[in-house]
Amino acid sequence: MDSTPPNNLFYRAAERTGRTVVAGIEEAGTCGVILGQSFYWLFIGPRIRQPVRLNHVITQMVEVGIQAIFIIAIMGATIGVMLAIQGIYALRLFGAESRVVIGIALSTVREFAPLITAIMVAARSGSGLAARIGTMKINEELDALNVMGINPIRFLVVPALLAMIVMVPALTILSMYIGLYSAGIYVQWELGLSMTAFTRDVVNILSVDDLMHGLGKSLIFAVLIAIIGVVNGASVKGGAEGVGRATTHAVVQSIAAIVITDMIFALVVTRI
Amino acid sequence: MTNATSMAEPIQKSEKVIELTDVVAHYGSHMVLKGVNISVYEGEIMVVMGRSGSGKSTLLRQMLALEGPTSGSVNLLNKNVSEMKAEALFDLRRDIGVAFQGGALLSSLTVEQNVMLPLTEHAKLDPQNMEIMTRMKLEVVGLSKFGHLMPSELSGGMLKRAALARAIIMDPKILFCDEPSSGLDPMTASALDDLIIKLRDVLGMSIVVITHEVESAFKIADRIAVVEDGEIVFIGSISDVKNNKSTYIQNLLNRSAEDGEIHPDEYLRRLTGDGSMKDVRL
Repeated sequence: MDSTPPNNLFYRAAERTGRTVVAGIEEAGTCGVILGQSFYWLFIGPRIRQPVRLNHVITQMVEVGIQAIFIIAIMGATIGVMLAIQGIYALRLFGAESRVVIGIALSTVREFAPLITAIMVAARSGSGLAARIGTMKINEELDALNVMGINPIRFLVVPALLAMIVMVPALTILSMYIGLYSAGIYVQWELGLSMTAFTRDVVNILSVDDLMHGLGKSLIFAVLIAIIGVVNGASVKGGAEGVGRATTHAVVQSIAAIVITDMIFALVVTRI
Repeated sequence: MTNATSMAEPIQKSEKVIELTDVVAHYGSHMVLKGVNISVYEGEIMVVMGRSGSGKSTLLRQMLALEGPTSGSVNLLNKNVSEMKAEALFDLRRDIGVAFQGGALLSSLTVEQNVMLPLTEHAKLDPQNMEIMTRMKLEVVGLSKFGHLMPSELSGGMLKRAALARAIIMDPKILFCDEPSSGLDPMTASALDDLIIKLRDVLGMSIVVITHEVESAFKIADRIAVVEDGEIVFIGSISDVKNNKSTYIQNLLNRSAEDGEIHPDEYLRRLTGDGSMKDVRL
């Protein structure tokens, strides 16, 4: 009996789909393992005299957070003004433009500030993380760490993960503040609503739950960006070209993961 | 094993620090190491030679426990690394130093920080002592004035020397050097060879050197192992290897192409398949 597989279009498409699914599951598994190992080194490391170095975390925090302040501020302001423009335009159809503050406040804090911040950090620092770890891999630096008895997860991944966990929510708060403030300026100019009145409305509309909704998401986004960056960097093959490919993959996968998670999070939280 | 084999023992027999027994290793379905047996003794310099793709790098990665064997056992300092837990393996690796071919210095740290890294991670010393120890090692490799530079500011030879300084900072029992003198000018290469010999003589290190450089191998080796197609086909002293009749070994030592290397006409015949372009000459 002929055991050769059929070489038709359907068979090839099914095979390719199967391989992609298996590779995806494998990658998701790797993400889980790296996350588990990160928590292991974070909490167990100090007990076995291999703590995560604070100076490495601070260095990463500066890179992920401090150096991103300017671009996050610009993007936050742009999103705030854009929401105000679109909100006023839509509500004017019903003669309800004075209610625009509700839309701006809720959508900025619950949705746009966490989303835009995470996308910017993924593009800036997630890709940087993938490139750094990928370059270290092809230069045998990861092997060098291993043979020096220095676990690369503890030395490289945990500081980056902690920096993301701290700085992405912090940048999100910055983005929320600047987004609302710039929207307030536009609303004052367009509708004549004073900044004091705008601020009072925002404070009345927003609850702690709204803030927690936005910050909770940004925390999940931070973990996704870090782990996807690390997994792509660690899977680099084939020199400089491979590093470039991994960097692109890291950005695409991070942004896709952020948007999908955002939708799932909103779906789950609004039904609880 | 080929008839070229001469599994000579070191003259002064001492304790084995590395022992590979029947090690088989695969990359995917391709068998890279085919039942390798090799031992390295305390205080000796073992040079591993072989053509590109013969399995030297895989052998090194097995010795460093960076990859596990498909079958067989790898013993480092009398411990079977395949059976060790990750934490114990990390402890064991503190007794091992490796100078990688490209240096593998962390690009975000200065040379001094790179060399000091194993100390800062493992040794409970105050910073001043660590700095003194680091400067001493940099002095040994002739880089005491370059500690403040970043790795990207160093030449190839300096990178290799910095890597060697980092490899010996913890005074390891076993030192591995991957192509220590490749791409270096003869004077720098010779100085590095002298340094390797000094590390064995003064600090009593056991040293494994992977190299293509015949001159360097003859200068530093106590024993030479030759790898061919995933097998160790020879282990012996320098005089043994020189007198060995194996064509492969003699070609390796004389840097000449193997018999059976493709002749231009044969190459053309293979390209054209039926020889229809036989009149064409390369």
